[in-house]
Amino acid sequence: MLALENYLVLSAILFSIGTIGVLTRRNAIVIFMCVEMMLNAVNLTLVAFSRYLGNIDGQVFVFFIMTVAAAEAAVGLALMIAFYKNRESIDVEDINVMKL
Amino acid sequence: METIAMPAVNIASIMPECILSVVAMVLLLVNVFVPGKDKGYLGWLSIVGLAVTAASVVSGWGTPQMGFGGAVMQDNFAIFFKVIFLISAGLAILISDRYMVQEDCNQGELYPLILFSTVGMMLMASGTDLMVIFLGLEVLSVSLYVLAGWNRASLKSNEAGLKYFLLGAFSTGFLLYGMALTYGATGTTKLAGIQNHVMANPSIAANPIFVVGMLLIAVGFSFKIAAAPFHMWTPDVYEGAPTPMTAFMSAGPKAAGFAAFLRVMIFAFPMLGHNITELLWILAVLTMTVGNIIALSQDNIKRMLAYSSIAHAGYALVGFTALNREGVAGILFYMLSYAFMNIGAFAVIVLVGKKGEKNGTVQDFAGMGYKRPVLAVLFSVFLFSLAGMPPTAGFIGKFYLFSAAIKSGYTGLAIIGVLNSAASVYYYLRVMVFMYMKDAQEDFEWAGVTAPIALCLLVTVVATLVMGVVPGTILELAQKAVQF
Repeated sequence: MLALENYLVLSAILFSIGTIGVLTRRNAIVIFMCVEMMLNAVNLTLVAFSRYLGNIDGQVFVFFIMTVAAAEAAVGLALMIAFYKNRESIDVEDINVMKL
Repeated sequence: METIAMPAVNIASIMPECILSVVAMVLLLVNVFVPGKDKGYLGWLSIVGLAVTAASVVSGWGTPQMGFGGAVMQDNFAIFFKVIFLISAGLAILISDRYMVQEDCNQGELYPLILFSTVGMMLMASGTDLMVIFLGLEVLSVSLYVLAGWNRASLKSNEAGLKYFLLGAFSTGFLLYGMALTYGATGTTKLAGIQNHVMANPSIAANPIFVVGMLLIAVGFSFKIAAAPFHMWTPDVYEGAPTPMTAFMSAGPKAAGFAAFLRVMIFAFPMLGHNITELLWILAVLTMTVGNIIALSQDNIKRMLAYSSIAHAGYALVGFTALNREGVAGILFYMLSYAFMNIGAFAVIVLVGKKGEKNGTVQDFAGMGYKRPVLAVLFSVFLFSLAGMPPTAGFIGKFYLFSAAIKSGYTGLAIIGVLNSAASVYYYLRVMVFMYMKDAQEDFEWAGVTAPIALCLLVTVVATLVMGVVPGTILELAQKAVQF
């Protein structure tokens, strides 16, 4: 059986990969996938803590996060389609009509 | 592993949210079954729904209701904030219909979405469990992403929606990671449980999991209230979103962010509350200064008000840094007055705007003082209030926030706040200079005032002046809403 630390380190690494991805990628869909990865890193943290503490709250929280992530995906992809229709691109470099 | 015990449900604690959700769902159905292009009636129905909800909210004043095993708490603090949300939703709805007809995006789903996001805000204000706060935040955010990108034909609106979505989801990731770490360190997601745990184990302040968790929560909320350096999304989203939705976003959701931020920081981390003041101090100074300095050079009036809204979040953070009764009461008062004066200013922008969001720069207001004297006077009142001049609500709010900071010994912070406020006068008065001292470039044609917008302007201007001249009652209510 792995110790709590292993799970926490793994989820911290996943969260960091997600964060770096959001900051460096240019395709809006890939950025969104990176955000999902961050959320799943959080889920892993919650489940690991829940198991370690013997407290079920963390697992309930995970269900909420998954539900919300699904709703967010629906809205987010719709927004990307709307943007694509007008701009024919979902590269974040092209999200540039408004400038300082 | 424990079994799940059904917590004590107390429907009274979420009655207002229930009412508003039902109204929103009914309106969705009404919109489908009633044919016709005119959707203005949905706005009036929404206003009725908001009024009924407000009655239900206000009737709970003075009798805190706790429900769902301590996950929800409707106390005076939550009630004061809920009234702010309901007012800003109502005012935003009043200015929506004309704008949406003008821009050809008059779909009826607009109104239920505004109501759903209001439900989310209300849950954030009364949530006393990290899960409920998260859910409220997401109900609010998901609706707002759609509202920001509402005008599908406009590239600017598409961009606003997409940017808001990507950065909003990104910041949610940080907030959630913070919540997960806090849960791991304390073993509970309930704010009261976290508070008890922290009180019982003071050594937790040295536990890196807990400290990182708390900092990430603070970062997540800073994104939501658009505090510098987490404000980068604000100008683009506010400029691109449909004007009435910008008005709504700058008043309601910002107040909701403060409600949840205050609740978590003050109620769950009482001991750490005083350790994070250094951090809040920096956040407040940065937010005020960045907002005001960039606003100085803006020509697009929506973008200018976006930067000004960042600065206003900074003033509210001054009260947060003070962390005393006056400071928090000051935030409550300021958020209410900001809702009135800012939505009022946006109502004028909606009236002046032409199809395709033309007439949106400061120069377009040239000569308005003579062509549209009444509207120009109203706009001046709102701008004076935003700049913080007596006898308006903005002055009293700032006075209260800064004096709270002085009372807690943050004289330097109050001085920086006053200097910032003085700098902000430049860009607000610049609009007035154009209105009264420059000649109109073209004829000031417009579509005319509609009844809802007139009502919105009347309510906001009266409230701005009344809260500025006789603020006593509302200040007293704000103080009663703060119980610590």
